[in-house]
Amino acid sequence: MTILTNGIIKNNPVFVLLLGMCPTLGTTTSAVNGMGMGLATMFVLICANLVISLLKKVIPGKVRIPAFIVVIASFVTILQLVMEAYLPDLYATLGLFIPLIVVNCIILGRAEAFASKNNAPSALLDGLGIGLGFTLALTALGAAREILGAGSIFGLKFMEGDGMLIFVLAPGAFIALGYLLVLFNKATAKLKTK
Amino acid sequence: MEIVKIIVVAIFVNNIVLAQFLGICPFLGVSNKVNTSLGMGAAVTFVMLIASIVAWLLQYGVLEPLHIGYMQTIVFILVIAALVQMVEIILKKISPALYQALGVFLPLITTNCAVLGVAISLVTKDYNLVHSVVFSISSAIGFSLALVLFAGMRERLELEDVPKAFKGVPIALITAGILAMAFMGFSGLM
Repeated sequence: MTILTNGIIKNNPVFVLLLGMCPTLGTTTSAVNGMGMGLATMFVLICANLVISLLKKVIPGKVRIPAFIVVIASFVTILQLVMEAYLPDLYATLGLFIPLIVVNCIILGRAEAFASKNNAPSALLDGLGIGLGFTLALTALGAAREILGAGSIFGLKFMEGDGMLIFVLAPGAFIALGYLLVLFNKATAKLKTK
Repeated sequence: MEIVKIIVVAIFVNNIVLAQFLGICPFLGVSNKVNTSLGMGAAVTFVMLIASIVAWLLQYGVLEPLHIGYMQTIVFILVIAALVQMVEIILKKISPALYQALGVFLPLITTNCAVLGVAISLVTKDYNLVHSVVFSISSAIGFSLALVLFAGMRERLELEDVPKAFKGVPIALITAGILAMAFMGFSGLM
């Protein structure tokens, strides 16, 4: 259980470890897009973690990184084909960032630091925990940008007018994530002192 | 004209870091000093150029004739990883001075999404070989430009009295947002 919750708060990949920043900033123009990207990454993370932990005895230490990359790239390709077939709209919006899941440092990082040293069930849980943490962070950032930038959340409009367009554009991503990090730091600092 | 357009768009209008969010990890990671960011910029330019040429040749020489376009992601990332290793070995042998300067950054480039991102986008944009070369060099210049500018700002931020919760990455991100806003001004060029 601690493996699962570890990834969501204490080792949150975005807010604490600051990994996987490119998709975090690039795909969170709305809550739905952020969530879609998070779930897509979670799928690859869980599958790659599982397969790598099962193969850890077969893969020789010296070529482990290229071997991990091949495993990850295979799952990304599967994901690309499935998304193109069943979710063409989301696939088109996320665009370049789907193939770029391959170079997401979170996945390779977990493969190297966790999956290659632990058994399959805990690797699965680790993938789920970190994946959930990533999805939550992306959804939160996407929601914040959507609320400020378009006056809606998950596509539901609750405000008149257009909102501050800058938050949907590129600079807003940096600024919104910066302030979210500040909030997260404040909240965790409070928790620690209690 | 086409070439000038590619250069201006890739460096300023669609800056790879500030508008497309590629290569954010090195952008935040090694941009503490102007010197190191110049080194990183040079290493990325080098690898990106070679990777783009090889990716273009593979796409139109191997993947398309054999109708295995769906293998693109796997093939490109393996080529880039192998290429980085090779560049490292060759540099070590030929130019130890350059290796010393770029050495630490080279292994990091494999997981730099900017390199893979440029390789994939030149295929989706249907560029020919000349345009691909121009596009990859200009993207790399855009990357280096953003990195060096940002490093200069961060050197000054170090000296400022920043509120505790903002220290480090949060204030860096907000600064990057303002820099990105400044770069948005270039979109009037096109």
